[in-house]
Amino acid sequence: MKKTISVTVNGVTHQNEIEPRLLLVQYIRDVLNLTGTHVGCETSLCGACTVMVDGQAVKSCTMLAAQADGSTVTTIEGLAQGGELHPVQSGFWEHHGLQCGYCTPGMIMASAQILQRNPDPTDEEIRHGLEGNLCRCTGYQNIVQAVQCAAKKMKSKSVAR
Amino acid sequence: MAEKTVGKPIKRTEDPRLIQGLAHYVDDIRLPDTLHAVFLRSIYAHARIKSIDTTAAQKLPGVVAVYTGKDVAKIGPVPCAAALPDLKVPDHRALASTKVYFVGHPVAVVVAESKSAARDAVDLIEVDYQELPVALDEEKAADAKSPVIHEQFGTNVAYKLTAGEGDIEAALKSADQVIKQRILHKRLAPIAMETRGVLARYYPGEQELTLWTSTQIPHLCRTQVAIMLGMPENKLRLITPEVGGGFGSKLNVYAEEALMGWISMQLNRPVKWIEGRRENMQATIHGRGQTGYIEIGFKKDGTLTGLRYNVFADMGSYFQLLTPAIPTLTGLMLSGCYKIPAIQINVTGVFTNKMSTDAYRGAGRPEATYVVERALDLVAAELKKDPVEVRRKNFPQPNEFPFKTATGLFYDSGNYQGALDKALKMADYTKLRQDQQTARKEGRLMGIGVSTYVEICALGPSAAMPAGGWESATVRVEPTGKVTVLTGASPHGQGEETSFAQIAADELGVGVNDVTVIHGDTAIVQYGIGTFGSRGLAVGGTAVYLAIQKLKDKAGKIAAHLLQVDASTISFAEGKFTSSAAAGKQITIQEVTLAAHVAKSLPEDMEPGLAATSFFEPKNFTFPFGTHIAVVEINKETGEIDFQRYVAVDDCGKQINPMLVEGQIHGGIVQSMGQALYEEVVYDDQGQLITGTLMDYALPKAIMIPHLELGSTETPSPVNPLGAKGVGEAGTIGATPAIVSAIVDALAPYGVRHLDMPLKPEVLWQIINKKSAGAA
Repeated sequence: MKKTISVTVNGVTHQNEIEPRLLLVQYIRDVLNLTGTHVGCETSLCGACTVMVDGQAVKSCTMLAAQADGSTVTTIEGLAQGGELHPVQSGFWEHHGLQCGYCTPGMIMASAQILQRNPDPTDEEIRHGLEGNLCRCTGYQNIVQAVQCAAKKMKSKSVAR
Repeated sequence: MAEKTVGKPIKRTEDPRLIQGLAHYVDDIRLPDTLHAVFLRSIYAHARIKSIDTTAAQKLPGVVAVYTGKDVAKIGPVPCAAALPDLKVPDHRALASTKVYFVGHPVAVVVAESKSAARDAVDLIEVDYQELPVALDEEKAADAKSPVIHEQFGTNVAYKLTAGEGDIEAALKSADQVIKQRILHKRLAPIAMETRGVLARYYPGEQELTLWTSTQIPHLCRTQVAIMLGMPENKLRLITPEVGGGFGSKLNVYAEEALMGWISMQLNRPVKWIEGRRENMQATIHGRGQTGYIEIGFKKDGTLTGLRYNVFADMGSYFQLLTPAIPTLTGLMLSGCYKIPAIQINVTGVFTNKMSTDAYRGAGRPEATYVVERALDLVAAELKKDPVEVRRKNFPQPNEFPFKTATGLFYDSGNYQGALDKALKMADYTKLRQDQQTARKEGRLMGIGVSTYVEICALGPSAAMPAGGWESATVRVEPTGKVTVLTGASPHGQGEETSFAQIAADELGVGVNDVTVIHGDTAIVQYGIGTFGSRGLAVGGTAVYLAIQKLKDKAGKIAAHLLQVDASTISFAEGKFTSSAAAGKQITIQEVTLAAHVAKSLPEDMEPGLAATSFFEPKNFTFPFGTHIAVVEINKETGEIDFQRYVAVDDCGKQINPMLVEGQIHGGIVQSMGQALYEEVVYDDQGQLITGTLMDYALPKAIMIPHLELGSTETPSPVNPLGAKGVGEAGTIGATPAIVSAIVDALAPYGVRHLDMPLKPEVLWQIINKKSAGAA
């Protein structure tokens, strides 16, 4: 009953034989050993498991690994490029957008998606965009600031280009 | 020379690993050959176990073992550290054997080669239960007619306790008026985003057990698990890797921690258990859970004469580490930041067919503040005075500190008026009240809530703590000049790796990045207590500071020897030792360190090396304080609440890193907003947990939360040399009463003077739509 899938994760293509019931998050964590993606609720509510699948933010606890066959996945480990932090990552660092850090990988992936769709969001739009991600430590305010900071960084970068 | 960092909002040194997904929480630790454990938990709140059949589960491919209560009888009871007179302590074992007492009570554990095999096997275990009547409400369960949970006690009353000073009867009699109010503090779920988890590995050759567990108290947990397992404490190594939040829920010793150790010892293989969220809702401690009755006496001018609080405290069915002690903290803080000549608390601790309550962020103190602040509002409403004026009237003045309360405490330092005035100014309170008049004329429901709070932090003097209230630190300067700090205060998101490094860096004149802070490994770090009760920095950080003073003393003697001057002439600043006896001569801390390690030329009889340990015992608690102001408008159509402003001025004494302080306050306020507006653990009348997932238990989301405006005042604590008071729980203590007060104030035109949390839109809508308001 096993199924073979091929998934490109953070630029590396993997072929694995998996149980059909294996969740994408289990595939990422337990088969590929990329443990930066976390599980916080198992019911698609907390967003700690958020990754990018073909450029879309997805809660990997409610997607089967089999459904990701042929896809390109980016996890938190693949966000920094060439040793340089993604602007959202540095925004979180500069604005104290994390405390215990458990929700952070999912929060960062979801934030990156927000800015992809809306490079110049209002605070309200950021808060709306993060509705699917729960944080119990920060009270969200510094996360909103972190995303605003990232938006500014990304804008000045694109101007520089 | 490195720049000073104490008092500055520097970026956290722990963040790079966390923002890149490179940190290691328990489930991220991978050992070869690991087995996986999954629990079968009770589906009933109260039942007798007639039989358990594990045959089919054991036969499933991949299953290695199945254990039930009788198999694990040798594991000692789950500990409760609280000692109270005549406390009835149930025998709390790792697995249920004859009865189950709450939904989620562990009945059996399956160990298998994979988590999925273990989970499949759990479904094959057959338990024959005989259902029993349940006792759920703490007030009704205390009644003699209630079904009894622990038959051996013949009652659900676990203990009764009276505390407080002053003649309360006389105080209430001397009042011009006494107001009574019933008040509820619903059960809350702490919901650390990382659930609990344990990885155990037994090394049969060395007869050593290593436990990786997500806990706030590595050393205390090691001691207790060693006792439960009957093994020498020094053969048990406990490691807390990254901990994904605690909020008190991991200030505990859980059955699963000992059980995983025991299983690994049986099977000689690593075994891992990662709690699911549903399990976490059922079987990780809950917080709060009190039904109380307030009586407050006061004079016509608003002067308070006495406060009595009779409270039924919901224990759950068993005690966890501190369960019965939590309401005693409520009793300690019933004076709030006011002069109240007589105070009495009468606690009835009651067993119920629910998960244990225990410390959740604030732990008994939010209840106290809520009681006092609600009482003050009731007094103000009765006297038709501004709630701010009633508060101001009863404040002790700054020159009255240390201030003795009728609960037996000495508040270390305070300027309640100062914080209040600052908050009123930030909020422009006078203007807000004018706006409210306008709003009311226009039929809008605007409310303003003010809470002035004080909390008890930096827990605490050992005399007042169940298992030591000190904290430890070892500071070493390595031969290359790098600094290593070993702290017993293992953090779980507070940023102690940064704030402790700031203290060490400034004291030694090195850079923050030259300091590494190590915590959470009992094989490396000297015995410590942990991070809880807003103590990490005020107690643990002080231990770091004091260890460095010892270390500098030794380094100074070496410097004097090397500079060939008398040690009394040596002074240290900016990383260099100089001598008043030898102008122009200097030697750096790095040079002294190297000399201490190569040990070619040291003062006579001096030991080589450069390290020092301090065990700091605080002489008192600290008492941070502040003022929170919430401004809301209620939508009449929907009952929804819109925050127009939220202003908080907090005084936590000296701040080492203001950015971390703000983060703590933000998080605490938002947890308060959760409690005030959304959160509530709900069991149905059969004891089934209705709020069993995050689908049903409403945590605050970003969009539900307003922008928070923070300010601070700084009144140093005399209790420790840092002058720090602690800030971890300020938000959950100061904010809840302000929010409820604002909503009650908004509904004052409907004659509302008090409402019980959570204030859901449906509750408010019913009030608005039941009566036609005079003003509206």
